[in-house]
Amino acid sequence: MKGLKFILAGVIFGIIMAKSEAISWYRIQEMFRFQSFHMYGIIGTAVTLGVLAVFLIKKLGLRDTEGNPIVFLDKDKSWKKYILGGTIFGLGWALTGACPGPMFVNVGYGYFAMLIVIAGALGGTYLYGVIKDKLPH
Amino acid sequence: MLEILQQPWPWYVSGAAIAFIMILLLFYGKSFGFSSNLRAMCSMAGAGKKVKFFDFDWRTQKWNLLFLLGAIIGGTIASTILRNDEPLALSASTIQDLKELGVAFDGQLNPSHIFGLEFATSFKGILVLLIGGLLVGFGSRYAGGCTSGHAISGLSNLQIPSLVAVIGFFIGGLAMTYFILPLIF
Repeated sequence: MKGLKFILAGVIFGIIMAKSEAISWYRIQEMFRFQSFHMYGIIGTAVTLGVLAVFLIKKLGLRDTEGNPIVFLDKDKSWKKYILGGTIFGLGWALTGACPGPMFVNVGYGYFAMLIVIAGALGGTYLYGVIKDKLPH
Repeated sequence: MLEILQQPWPWYVSGAAIAFIMILLLFYGKSFGFSSNLRAMCSMAGAGKKVKFFDFDWRTQKWNLLFLLGAIIGGTIASTILRNDEPLALSASTIQDLKELGVAFDGQLNPSHIFGLEFATSFKGILVLLIGGLLVGFGSRYAGGCTSGHAISGLSNLQIPSLVAVIGFFIGGLAMTYFILPLIF
């Protein structure tokens, strides 16, 4: 089955998120209060290795498993949507202690109250789709 | 081996493992970004009939939805086979701050004060969790990505817009932590 590798990648991702405690509301609070290096260490390590990997992939012109060149799309050149959207996201992140990935990992972990957060996130995504054209981007 | 994996993972192992997932997806021809699933789920539910933003073929995101399914399973594995009942090693100053806020530290991953049955089934609790989720969903789509798409994938590709988004994450996160949370709890 072609989709199996994505399920497996997701399983590993879920385990990492839970065992690193990145799905913890407490850890997110600790991060926003600058009281531990833990979350910064996780994101910092991931980004440092990520920068190196992306650089090497571009430099060596590596291809994916299907043989297609790996391409990186540049994000739209703008700043309003990033700063405004990012701020709204941050408000929700600090309140629920969960960004989209950890919401679902938490449900798997047994925190079923996160289903309410997911319902809200789907509602928020829908709302964005409805009023998108009226927002500054 | 299992015992080592059951321990909380140090930050450098976790960070490296997240980079591995991002790189793995690149070699699968995909781009790591979790919040796109929320849009795909809206589209799956038929939102495309009413709103243009959701009128796209969600099947192009099938791989991501399978990744999401895996993430749920991964959470279950972490709370069963890889379970560790040691209390979370949260910093003493955070425990103290949260105590003053009115959220008692219980050693779990998430406070029962917020995610326990009592609060999560109360009117206030449902409202807080729904609005929190709404902000995350709305904000991530508005910003064109969440922690995975911007903080990990975007910063790894040295994207200035992603840096702006991450600065936004912190403006919002700090405002919630210091100004709004004390009004809620």
